[in-house]
Amino acid sequence: MLARRIIPCLDVRAGKVVKGVRFRDHEIVGDIVPLAEFYSQMGADELVFYDITASSDGRSVDRSWIERVARVIDIPFCVAGGISTLDLAAEVLEMGADKISINSPALNDPSLIGDLNKRFGQQCVVVGIDSYQDESSGEYQVYQFTGDVERTRLTAWKTFDWIREVQQLGAGEIVLNCMNQDGVRQGYDTTQLTQARLSCDIPLIASGGAGTMEHFKEVFEKSDVDGALAASVFHKRVLDIQELKKYLSESGVEVRK
Amino acid sequence: MSVIIDTGCANLTSLKFAVERLTNDVVISSDPETISSADRVFLPGVGSAQYAMGVLEERDLIDVIQNLTQPVLGICLGMQMLTSRSSEGDIACLDLVPGEVKGLQSQGLRLPHMGWNTLAECTDHPLLHGINEEMYFYFVHTYGVGVSDTSIAQCEYGSRFSAAIAYKNFLGVQFHPERSSAAGSQLLKNFLEIKI
Repeated sequence: MLARRIIPCLDVRAGKVVKGVRFRDHEIVGDIVPLAEFYSQMGADELVFYDITASSDGRSVDRSWIERVARVIDIPFCVAGGISTLDLAAEVLEMGADKISINSPALNDPSLIGDLNKRFGQQCVVVGIDSYQDESSGEYQVYQFTGDVERTRLTAWKTFDWIREVQQLGAGEIVLNCMNQDGVRQGYDTTQLTQARLSCDIPLIASGGAGTMEHFKEVFEKSDVDGALAASVFHKRVLDIQELKKYLSESGVEVRK
Repeated sequence: MSVIIDTGCANLTSLKFAVERLTNDVVISSDPETISSADRVFLPGVGSAQYAMGVLEERDLIDVIQNLTQPVLGICLGMQMLTSRSSEGDIACLDLVPGEVKGLQSQGLRLPHMGWNTLAECTDHPLLHGINEEMYFYFVHTYGVGVSDTSIAQCEYGSRFSAAIAYKNFLGVQFHPERSSAAGSQLLKNFLEIKI
């Protein structure tokens, strides 16, 4: 049976792994390669690296670490951050990444999704979506350039419309980051994710809000997501991946042992 | 020496690194002589069958691969290309292992089949030494090879398909051993040690 995936997310800035709360106030967590190796050995099913400053600076990722990561880990990993052209994507994949995730570049030029699909295959193309619920209207809306609080802006897209659009264009997987929950460890936004699931026929990864083992169980059971991504609970050693998987397995959630 | 055939696709590096964790004696090449003289040959592939077969043709590698007598391991699309035909683009493949590639019959389960899954009907073929049905492997695909006499392990995702095949010196795995943690490394080690 296909296992639900546990995915530590490593936000990268200037060659270090950092973590902010609600996308701001970044603190350094550690070096990229040892952390990648650590999570891989602990039983992570996949890793995601986000160069959080890339799109909002108008520059791209420093990619020298990708090859160093690919050398040491033996699980799939995805790289995100300023991958705005086919050539940049090719470079990242050639250095050993398994997937590339695009967020702001897809919003700037949606045809990039189809172009990446044609050149590298659907399985490589992950679309990251930063979604924020407007507290007065209750509407879920897509934001762009969330790596930099000064430049973060609302787009014209409603979240579920964008989810449908990127699938039409050829995305292979969606990471839905629920910004209201990011970094505060109060649980995944299962209301939003459950609704997103109904619009999403490709793998859907939950992001934002994990704080306890129960939160993972809840998002798999309620929202039927394929994977759950988290950062601070792993970086701060609040949760141990092996213990988390044991708990999920005993709770009846299929995970890789 | 082991050779990873340069099929022009993206996952060559991760395969090379995975093999390098087991032996230093591995190169990536599209040179017919280097490939023919290798002890072990890897045929990796991701993307579409049509594109990958086009690359093999362009690089004059179809005959070269068809005449190999040493152990050959096709990985993912590389395994699919060992069969006679793919319905992905309806194209002829290398025709080295009986069978055809068809879209997965996932019975409503989401596609692509992406993530960690277990094996079924795992045989005692030397490629699967030390591997059992409790272990998880990393799969990413939408097409697959049906179950037949050449299947040495199966996988279930809505319906059964071949997770691993073997016919003469041609072996193939649908999953990515280079991205399947310790279980995948065991499979690569088995391949490097296999006698055919």
